[in-house]
Amino acid sequence: MTSTPVAVLLLDTVSRVHGHGETAVQALREVSFAARAGELVAIMGPSGSGKSTLLTLAGGLDQPSAGTVSVEGTDLASLGATGRARMRRTSIGYVFQDFNLIPALTAAENVALPRELDGESRRAARKLAVAALEEVGIGELADRFPDNMSGGQQQRVAIARAVVGERRLILADEPTGALDTETGEEILRLLRARCDAGAAGVLVTHEARHAAWADRVVFLRDGVVVDETGADRVEALVDATS
Amino acid sequence: MSVRQALLALLEQGPMYGYQLRSEFERRTGSTWPLNVGQVYTTLTRLERDGLVAESGADGEGHVVYRVTDAGRDEVAAWFTTPVERTQPPRDELAIKLALAVTVPGVDVGSVIQQQRTATVSALQDYTRLKRAGRAADPQDAGDMAWSLVLDSLVFAAEAEVRWLDHCEARLRRAQLDRRDDVPAAEPTSRKEATR
Repeated sequence: MTSTPVAVLLLDTVSRVHGHGETAVQALREVSFAARAGELVAIMGPSGSGKSTLLTLAGGLDQPSAGTVSVEGTDLASLGATGRARMRRTSIGYVFQDFNLIPALTAAENVALPRELDGESRRAARKLAVAALEEVGIGELADRFPDNMSGGQQQRVAIARAVVGERRLILADEPTGALDTETGEEILRLLRARCDAGAAGVLVTHEARHAAWADRVVFLRDGVVVDETGADRVEALVDATS
Repeated sequence: MSVRQALLALLEQGPMYGYQLRSEFERRTGSTWPLNVGQVYTTLTRLERDGLVAESGADGEGHVVYRVTDAGRDEVAAWFTTPVERTQPPRDELAIKLALAVTVPGVDVGSVIQQQRTATVSALQDYTRLKRAGRAADPQDAGDMAWSLVLDSLVFAAEAEVRWLDHCEARLRRAQLDRRDDVPAAEPTSRKEATR
């Protein structure tokens, strides 16, 4: 895979080793990977294949043993801890399987939090949060607490939090894992729409049905990319049948 | 067999001629299983022979129109109230291929599995693309809903295939590791952890 200006996320020959010597485990081996603007990429693989490691590296929550991880052209290693934290608030949105909402805050407060931490006024942050909640179809639930929402609604809040403030990289770790099939599909529709609107998305999943929403599906085994489906054939099929 | 029952079920909604039956069948199943019109007329002839449909004259353009008989209605009712039989599994080329791949020496089973998985996920992407293209979008339109459910059936079947392939791969790898561990000179079990 080559580096292009539109690659929002770029992993260049990235390796990650946990531990030392005899007990060292190589979680990723020289993986190169890009997610471009407007593209949703799914990563599939069994437990221990390195897919979550890849996502934590992409989000700047962990650092590679070798190789570079760049977000919007900036090498995360060059930023330092403070810079990476800022990057996470402004450019990278994370969606987790278990939503990770703060129970003591309302939906709008949860979504506004990263903006407030970034120095935005409370009022401006709330305005952005409500807009983001409207975008994911739950504007009317802005003042509700997570405990009073269904799983699907909570995940929508999490997605709103991941995209608020025009963040261009969305990293989703099994976002549909705790949801029934139909609700899960709605969540994928939202992620997909966000990517169609110009974000780059990386979706880690072990469910093929969900990976199928992506433009590309990358298969990881033992920390190595073993195969990948492309988008070309799909385009051709839709063109031929519409 | 299902074409016969499907055509009967369509005729229960009102008399139709061959081309109409074909296009109704394809509209509701999204042309997933294309029917040729010859097949429709052959089926109608057999249904007529069995007393399940009867000719009901011709329309203004000379098309022979068929209607369902009382016996035909009973057959449709029986079809909808009886589960599809699963006693004789349809021949599954992939299962047969894998069964042979693990028993014929020199076949790289791992790459058979991976190639199939990539191909099946590509097909899943195609189906999902069709869903997203909005051709089965309106849940209030019965025809759209029918096509959308057929599409979901293809999606779930492909997903099941991928899950089965994952399962085969995991079992084969475990068996391979166990074989290695059985060799007397093999290293202790830590190796298993390192390669998982």
